[in-house]
Amino acid sequence: MTLAVAVAGAMFIGLVAYAILGGADFGSGFYDLTAGSTSRGAELRTQVDHSIGPVWEANHVWLIYVLVTWWTAFPEAFAAAMSTLIVPLLFALLGIVLRGAGFAFRKYSATIGQARLYGAIFAGSSLIAPFFLGAAAGAVASGRVPADGDGNVWTSWITITSLSVGAVAVASCAFLAGTFLTADAVRASREQLAEQLRRRTIGVGLLTGALVLGALASIAQDAPTLAEGLTGRAAPLIGTSIIGGFLSLILLWCRRSGAARFGALLAVGSVIVGWGIAQYPWLLVDEVTIAEAAGAPATLQSLLVVAALAGIIVLPALAYLFRLTQTDAWTHH
Amino acid sequence: MIDLLSLATAVDPEGLLPARQQMALSLGWHIILACFGVAFPAMIFVAHWRGIARGDVVALRLAQRWAKVSAVLFAIGAVSGTVLSFEMGLLWPGLMGEFGDVLGLPFALEGLSFFVEAIFLGIYLYGWGRMPPRRHLLMVVPMAVAGVVGTFCVISVNAWMNAPSGFRIVDGQVVDVDPWAAMFNDIVVLQFAHMWVAAYMVVGFTIAGVYAVGMLRGRRDRHHRLGFAIPFVFASIAAVAQPVIGHLLGGDLSDRQPAKLAAFELATTTEAPAPLRIGGVLVDGEVYGAIEIPRLGSIIARNSLTAPVPGLDTIPPENHPPVNITHWAFQTMVGIGTLLALAVVLYWIVRWRGHDLRDRRWFLRFAAAAGPLAVLAMEAGWIATEVGRQPWIVYGVMRTSEAAGSNSGLWWLLGTTAVIYTAMTAAAVTVLRSMARRWREGQQELPSPYAPQEPNRHYDPPSGSESS
Ligand code: HDD
Ligand code: HEM
Ligand code: HEM
Repeated sequence: MTLAVAVAGAMFIGLVAYAILGGADFGSGFYDLTAGSTSRGAELRTQVDHSIGPVWEANHVWLIYVLVTWWTAFPEAFAAAMSTLIVPLLFALLGIVLRGAGFAFRKYSATIGQARLYGAIFAGSSLIAPFFLGAAAGAVASGRVPADGDGNVWTSWITITSLSVGAVAVASCAFLAGTFLTADAVRASREQLAEQLRRRTIGVGLLTGALVLGALASIAQDAPTLAEGLTGRAAPLIGTSIIGGFLSLILLWCRRSGAARFGALLAVGSVIVGWGIAQYPWLLVDEVTIAEAAGAPATLQSLLVVAALAGIIVLPALAYLFRLTQTDAWTHH
Repeated sequence: MIDLLSLATAVDPEGLLPARQQMALSLGWHIILACFGVAFPAMIFVAHWRGIARGDVVALRLAQRWAKVSAVLFAIGAVSGTVLSFEMGLLWPGLMGEFGDVLGLPFALEGLSFFVEAIFLGIYLYGWGRMPPRRHLLMVVPMAVAGVVGTFCVISVNAWMNAPSGFRIVDGQVVDVDPWAAMFNDIVVLQFAHMWVAAYMVVGFTIAGVYAVGMLRGRRDRHHRLGFAIPFVFASIAAVAQPVIGHLLGGDLSDRQPAKLAAFELATTTEAPAPLRIGGVLVDGEVYGAIEIPRLGSIIARNSLTAPVPGLDTIPPENHPPVNITHWAFQTMVGIGTLLALAVVLYWIVRWRGHDLRDRRWFLRFAAAAGPLAVLAMEAGWIATEVGRQPWIVYGVMRTSEAAGSNSGLWWLLGTTAVIYTAMTAAAVTVLRSMARRWREGQQELPSPYAPQEPNRHYDPPSGSESS
């Protein structure tokens, strides 16, 4: 494995982590948005506060990690993607900013009116961010970002493929979040809430499956390089993802919400890994490979040092945080 | 403003002017919150430690409230930082494409520290009453350390832009990249020290000022006196150290960035000894309205009674920064820095002689203004540094116009950002004020208004009669 591929791998791990962990945080916005009136939604919204409150900032940093690794290791490809995809990325950024600010403001707002306003901003923008990030990813994966970055800022991403990948991103975030929230509600012995979440998560799961099929159909038409990878090298992962999806739906159906989380993780995680493997060795599909895009070797080496440090310092701390949030003392408040 | 506009001539790429304004707005906003990320944890730690070690319920309550305040500030600090991560690529594709692999390492390490900071922030904020008290207190330590390391990393990028190192340019190509040398460039240590200390001034004076206002309104209980004292001690030490560090930082400017120094000092021609010019404007190459103090310029800028301060005439006109903005920003910073340093020295001398100026209304009024003044000094310092570096983005190596993109739509971005940041500022102020009001009314926990009405078992130090 070359240095450049190793760094790309380290970056991709961050991307998968962000898609899953950050995605689950974004997805909870969907249930928050559709929780109904203030009194009807009170329990659910409080559950959302409890579930993502301690973790969302940490989960969010995965995005920063991906961005800085990208621009450090593959600077020209980064500049190219940023120039061509400026519009969807700015919309994603808008969603990220409003989500974080809205969430923090809502928790400490004094009146119900303010809380409603911030809550709507938080929940709505939670859906905007994954949609546009997905659309940007779809544009890269379907080979629409030229190496010199002068792609059209609109037509590069307003394509059926990009938009459907965006929709899949939103739906998968909501599905992930649903399984996590359901399990959290069960653990906190909020039976009614858990039941309500369970039913809606199953619905979201079915919809996600349908959207994935649609996106795949469009990719087959529109993105030959990616399609070839997905049906070839990455086929086992796509299979795993389908199995994971069904598994989690069945487990949810049987009220095994704790285990259902893992099915959902498997489903979403392996699709993303599959995408990465399918588009290898391209960084910008059909335009620039990982090897071509790589920056100075000394920098790549130092980035691997940083990635190793992250493994030593960040992962144990993160594990500690996640473990704490699953303990009884943290659940029952 | 005229200065700024005249820089952007017709040949500049369309994305240049909006990108600059955008950068200034978003960084100028982020930096204030970043200061809280850097300096607030240390103050919370002291209050919390005092609360536990001495069983001081007032201190413990302060720590708990500050932690809640920081939850709001850190959230918007994190999102505004994310804006910057995107902007480095969106606004300056030329810089990132060319030098991304030179300056990226500190950013990557910065990402690492923000991870640590965000993780322990989550644990600390939600850990009240859910963890053994001592272990809970310890969670502040990694958070505080990570904030400092993160700052070092970001500042090293800015220091590198001022004093580039760690690469060579051969036939227009960047070669021999050494990211560690770029990170540990010549001025990073001093520039970091200056910024770090600035953060303590900004946060220390601001928080102390909040309690000064409370005391002015007659709330003179121990809660207010302690809430004033802890941040004020931090701010005092910082305020005294800051002019010294600033002086050292400026010490090598005549070699490093003579054009910047000339602009700072409003020096049109090289003079030895050089005077210090206070105020004044440069119009068509002539200085008007400056107060000149002979020799002081040489003393301050060169540590010498006679050494020359290079003038703008030694620098080709196309390499001049916007002189007036740089000069005024620099003098604003130094003026405020001197004032605040003198003020804290005065306070502690009087204190040492047995009087407490916290009983004087004029002093409390001044203390209330010190926070905004420190913010102003910091913003002015950044403007002096950044505008004084122009027309270079990487000093002597790459011009800002070469780094910008060609997207004229960036004006939309700037307008939208201005609206959103204004709204976010207003919302943050409203929320923080409403928190203070509810605390004064005797509420402790601040349950969210949409929470189901169920009894909440929470960790709550016994509440005193009155508070904020
Ligand atoms: C509370 C904030 C604050 C205060 C009171 C001061 N400064 Fe400052 N100064 C900053 C906050 C700051 C800053 C915003 O943090 C800057 C911008 C870039 C940097 O690293 O620090 C800065 C930059 C800066 C520079 C520019 C360095 C460069 O461009 O290379 C010099 C020479 C000084 N300062 C010198 C001083 C002196 C002599 C002060 C004496 C009173 C002083 N500063 C007070
Ligand atoms: C002088 C400059 C800066 C200082 C001192 C500084 C410091 C900080 C600190 C202490 C935080 C943590 C804030 C908190 O949790 O409240 C933060 C957040 C952040 N900063 Fe800055 N910063 C500076 C400039 C920048 C720049 C130039 C960038 C990017 C290009 C940047 C990117 C970020 C990001 C991405 C975050 C959020 C990380 C998270 O999610 O927790 N910052 N900054
Ligand atoms: C470490 C942190 C920082 C980094 C990496 C950084 C980077 C940059 C970059 C890339 C530019 C655009 C190119 C240029 O105009 O030279 C810029 C410009 C600018 N920045 Fe900074 N900056 C930092 C901190 C700050 C802060 C905290 C402020 C606060 C006010 C600030 C104010 C400005 C201004 C006013 C400009 C425009 C200068 C002009 O075009 O005349 N910067 N900075």
